[in-house]
Amino acid sequence: MTQRWEPTPGAVRDPARPARSGESLIRADLKLIADMIEPGARVLDVGCGDGTLLAHLVHTKGVDGRGLELSMDGVKFCVNHGLSVIQGDADTDLKDYPSDAFDYVILSQTLQAMRAPRDVLLDLVRIGRRAVVSLPNFGNWRIRLWLLAMGRMPVTQRLGYQWWNTPNIHLCTITDFVTLCREVGIRIEDTVILDRSDRIRGHGAGAVSNLIAEQAVFMLRRC
Amino acid sequence: MESLTPTLGTSPMAIEPLAPESIADHGHQPRVRLATDRPMPLDCGVTLSDFPVAYQTYGSLNADRSNAILLCHALTGDQYVIGGNPVTGKPGWWEIMVGPGRPIDTDRFFVICSNVLGGCMGTIGPMDIDPATGRPYGIHFPVITIGDMVRAQKLLVEHLGIERLFCVIGGSMGGMQALQWVTSYPESVFAAMPIATAPRHSAQNIAFGEVGRQAIMADPEWCGGDYVSLGRRPEAGLAVARMAAHVTYLSETALHRKFGRNLQDRPAFTYGFDADFQVESYLRYQGSAFVDRFDANSYLYITRAMDYFDLAAEHGGVLSRAFLHKGQTTPVRFCVISFSSDWLFPTTVSREIVHALNAVAANVSFVEVTTDKGHDAFLLDEPELHQVMHGFLDGCAAHRGLPRRRWAPR
Repeated sequence: MTQRWEPTPGAVRDPARPARSGESLIRADLKLIADMIEPGARVLDVGCGDGTLLAHLVHTKGVDGRGLELSMDGVKFCVNHGLSVIQGDADTDLKDYPSDAFDYVILSQTLQAMRAPRDVLLDLVRIGRRAVVSLPNFGNWRIRLWLLAMGRMPVTQRLGYQWWNTPNIHLCTITDFVTLCREVGIRIEDTVILDRSDRIRGHGAGAVSNLIAEQAVFMLRRC
Repeated sequence: MESLTPTLGTSPMAIEPLAPESIADHGHQPRVRLATDRPMPLDCGVTLSDFPVAYQTYGSLNADRSNAILLCHALTGDQYVIGGNPVTGKPGWWEIMVGPGRPIDTDRFFVICSNVLGGCMGTIGPMDIDPATGRPYGIHFPVITIGDMVRAQKLLVEHLGIERLFCVIGGSMGGMQALQWVTSYPESVFAAMPIATAPRHSAQNIAFGEVGRQAIMADPEWCGGDYVSLGRRPEAGLAVARMAAHVTYLSETALHRKFGRNLQDRPAFTYGFDADFQVESYLRYQGSAFVDRFDANSYLYITRAMDYFDLAAEHGGVLSRAFLHKGQTTPVRFCVISFSSDWLFPTTVSREIVHALNAVAANVSFVEVTTDKGHDAFLLDEPELHQVMHGFLDGCAAHRGLPRRRWAPR
């Protein structure tokens, strides 16, 4: 017999439910990304998961939103709720898209799980006029302290995996990321740093940011 | 051509009287004669004019004619989607998907399905009388293509007074038609759902088609295609064609689950060529049931149309160009669906469609439904397919300004 489809664990919210004003429906870091997107823009969300951010953008900003997601459960959840999402792998499928196809390409908390993050990054700024990338910062003082004190790979709230089962195979610090962008000709237009509680702690990608930020959100474009 | 007054709904529309000599007339109603003012060109170079197309409609067309869904049937399908099939006496081919409260909800949408060109359920095909000779066309019927089928459907849709379809949906050969619709008439389609299909027929699939055709043509009753005039029927050949094809619609897992090596009503092998195994008996039944409802020459023509289908070839060998309209990205919203155990139209081929759509940044969703039921899964009770169908149509309805509706899977 047919059973009602249940969302995957972690898919906490019905993405089709329109956000009411004043209601905080999405994580602060996703809200921050959403605030960076112009209304009505063409947006590709790479690694869109259960479509939380994409649905928020479609319903509150009227964007022409598309998603690319590796997990078929995530894709089905999105499509069942009327979002335009395809199953695919950012490491291999971004090359299909034409240049400047989107106003914004979003990659939220996913770059560190890519096999070839440098190539993915270059594809993001090729496909989109701008790219919004959020990253966990491995340069955060707690992580540095953990490694110094314990001599073991850090396991934090945000990076809650052991070294042997983590999908995060290419972690970096804010400074590492800034260096890569400079080397490959990507301009960082804005850097927003967030603390442990996803509160905005300021802008900029300097040494202090690299020490205090738990994660950073970058607005990028190619030079 | 008569004008349409929306007395649509489920009641059949008034239609013009049919030519009395038409032997394909099994009382398929409604039926309309198309290309009466201007002949319709076929890809093979000849034209067809004043020809019948049989179709069914379900639900009601709304005031601004924006809620019409065209269903394109597969190779051996027909226009009887729901409400029973008058020829077979069996249910329609998509009762599970279409109807009031179903994912393709006839309370919301006006659903159209026509018998394809070359078919044998009331639309012109090789069983019909060739006006030039006064005898059935047989293999003198012009060879038709998926493009020709869609051209005829477009005439029908225009006849029904619909400028732009809300969605074109089809599985297998129906999916080829859906793809052809968006490339031939991108402005006349808001959304498209090609299911378990391909942008071109593969060598393997052409090979399977050829096995079927050779089986028919090897039957002495086929009589060089003239069997209708001679009062004969190549039933054995057509049944073998169906049996071979039917295997390709299933999967090894599904066959094993259904039949295994079980014997048919007998305790041991008979050491003969009777249908010892259940799977043999099943296939023989499929073959014999098929010949009661299908014309052998139609089978030749329609499989040929699939062989010739190659969307990229029509666009300089680059599939993505098929999805450009006036140099711009196609305005059509797509949902491409494949089934994990389909080896006739495998997921890799659906991905080719998706990659081509991505290459022009088209609006596309893509889902692979996990099932062990093979190619025929699109006709079966697949909850994931039903959920995706509903979700996609509902999302498109919102973008088209149609009322949305929550849907609870049964």
